Amino acid sequence: MKNGFPVFLASLLALGGSWCGFVLAPIVQLGGGQQTTILNSSDLYPLGRPGMANQGLQVYRANGCAACHTEQVQQSGVACDVVLTSAGKDPAGVTNLISSLNLNGLDKAAADGLVDKITAAGGKAEIHIIATGPDITRSWGRRHSVAEDFLYDDPVQLGSLRIGPDLADAGTRQPDANWQLVHLYAPQNVVKDSAMPPFRYLFRVRKINAAPSPDALVFSKGSGPPTGYEVVPTARAQELAAYLLSLHADVSLHDAPFTRPAAVSKP
Amino acid sequence: MNNMFAKRDSSEIDRSCCIPLLALFGGAALWLVFGSVLGLIASIKFHAPGFLANCAWLTYGRLQPAADDALLYGFCLPAGLGVALWVLARLSQTPLRGAIVPIVAANLWHLGVLVGLVAILIGDGTGFAWLEFPRGSSVPIFFAYLLLALWAMMVFARRHERTLYPSQWFLVAALFWFPWIYSTANLFLVAWPVRGVAQAVIGWWFANNLLLVWTALVGLGTAFYFLPKLTGCPLQSHYLALFAFWTFILFATWCGIPPGAPVPVWLPTLSAVAAAWLLVPLLVIAIVGLRTVWGSVKSSWDNGPFCFIGFGLDCFCLSGLMLVAMACPQISRWTDFTWFGPAETQLRLYGFFAMTMFGAVYYLLPRAVGMEFPFPKLVRAHFWLSLVGVALLVVPLAIGGVLQGLKLQNPDIAFADTTKAMLPFLRVSTLGLTAMLLGNLLFFVNIIGLTLRWKLALLKQFIAFVKSPLEPGSACASLRRDKEVRA
Repeated sequence: MKNGFPVFLASLLALGGSWCGFVLAPIVQLGGGQQTTILNSSDLYPLGRPGMANQGLQVYRANGCAACHTEQVQQSGVACDVVLTSAGKDPAGVTNLISSLNLNGLDKAAADGLVDKITAAGGKAEIHIIATGPDITRSWGRRHSVAEDFLYDDPVQLGSLRIGPDLADAGTRQPDANWQLVHLYAPQNVVKDSAMPPFRYLFRVRKINAAPSPDALVFSKGSGPPTGYEVVPTARAQELAAYLLSLHADVSLHDAPFTRPAAVSKP
Repeated sequence: MNNMFAKRDSSEIDRSCCIPLLALFGGAALWLVFGSVLGLIASIKFHAPGFLANCAWLTYGRLQPAADDALLYGFCLPAGLGVALWVLARLSQTPLRGAIVPIVAANLWHLGVLVGLVAILIGDGTGFAWLEFPRGSSVPIFFAYLLLALWAMMVFARRHERTLYPSQWFLVAALFWFPWIYSTANLFLVAWPVRGVAQAVIGWWFANNLLLVWTALVGLGTAFYFLPKLTGCPLQSHYLALFAFWTFILFATWCGIPPGAPVPVWLPTLSAVAAAWLLVPLLVIAIVGLRTVWGSVKSSWDNGPFCFIGFGLDCFCLSGLMLVAMACPQISRWTDFTWFGPAETQLRLYGFFAMTMFGAVYYLLPRAVGMEFPFPKLVRAHFWLSLVGVALLVVPLAIGGVLQGLKLQNPDIAFADTTKAMLPFLRVSTLGLTAMLLGNLLFFVNIIGLTLRWKLALLKQFIAFVKSPLEPGSACASLRRDKEVRA
């Protein structure tokens, strides 16, 4: 070990190995990512965010929202619910059969067996796939986040710390733009005990002149600005709200399947 | 070590690094204090979310990354480069030549950090964790690093002592690795961004390789040089240290992809396996450290630099264990997305790396300048403040983080309650940040004090030089005499 060459070679091999593995391989595998089709449909996903939401992503980045919010729903597994779609010719028999059985939270094999039994009894049943996990139960999304969700985002803002709730499904959870804006202006107005700092610098408080601004925030009673004043969002606030509204984790995909609850007609 | 060449006077080598080191450490001390002030303001936001909320550039999401980057790019990297430069010069028995280049590079670096921090605060950060500095800042930083590394490598290449000491392996690998990861990350994330979550993977790879691999290589290289020097016992042993080096760069470079990330499953799985294997180098490093200082801990305890570096090595092992735990899928459920992660990062960056650098700087800077620190008693106070600060920052955040994780995993507990339960821990951590700020101020005072003392001495020399022609024994006078003789 008289000279530096072995050091150089060792570093090159060990370090270069990780470069190939965690830079080159992901670029090859993910960098050419394409749209995918939504499960049981021919619609493509994702479609890209609308223009204002794309600018909103830049507001999200500039203000470091990802310091406190993640955009990755976690999922611990899947469960199957067996849903009776038709009782068939012998409703009493089928009802009798299923009343003694647990239909929810089964694994695939048990669910298949149950469907077979119901079919044998003359009824019809189908299996609904339900994603499980604390995040799903908190209704932060209907399934875990997947690579496709971020296909058109630049920069991708996954975040790593949940000082605030996960935002992957924020647009589904709170589809009201006014709520989002009021929440940005004064978080504690709409979420009691929120630790989020107010983003008042994204808004203008001004005196109402001849006619109030159509964009002015609508506050619940007793929480708004003094009478005669209104709070108007700046363009950046509106873009940020548009971005938040564009966040959804409720599309069923091949990598992350679930059955839409809209189709459920519980017996 | 063999003595093929006449051993050079080590003070000549030390003095050759003087001005580059003052430039590197002076700016680093300034950024260190600046970063802790930003971090403290960010932390106060947990006491009162509305604090300074009207000011866009003081919002939490800008302050926190700015504070982190001020610590990493402002302090850790230039301090590490300065220490590496000096250690390599010492081990090579070769003085630094052409000191003007590292001086210019050090100033370029600090200018880059200034631009980067301002950019983050005005909202021009890139949005990638630990890579927030935009192009106007990353380009000067990159070239400043190249110049500094090149000069350090030139000292290494010209070494008079051919046999390599383990520290040289660590430091040379670190010098070489940063330009690679920094250029990769900036090219693929900022200049020509790749598509989708490949960005996140490259971001994690970069952050891990900078925060874990680079800091460990420089920090351990420094510790393995200083611990034997300060205790008077040789490193136990060279072979174990080299084994640690090999296994560490083999496994640590593959860590960093968090479990459960929305990326192909093989990526986090590979990271988890690598993190588990990381236990091997961690254990070996702990053994090397323990066997080297064993028996001399008590007698070395009065020595300021030894305390810093010893404590740093403890923090390294502890943060390594925390890292392995976080990567283990059974445990990561309770630590994912919680304060446990930031606690681990702070323990490694400040508890291990910054503390090791403090120790090294306190040892080497007086030798390089040829003067004592103006307030040597503050070194001890700095150590205790930083130790208490790290403990008050990391312990509450780690414990609170696990409690937060338990609550996050239980969907019956409302999310607001998980945040609320975390607040007492965050408030204790504010105390820790305050203690760290005070400690950093003491470091700053000593570094700046020494710089001023050095400048004053330079001024005195200059005045003496200007006055010298009047004195008969001076160089000018003798020159004049020669002329007269020739005439």
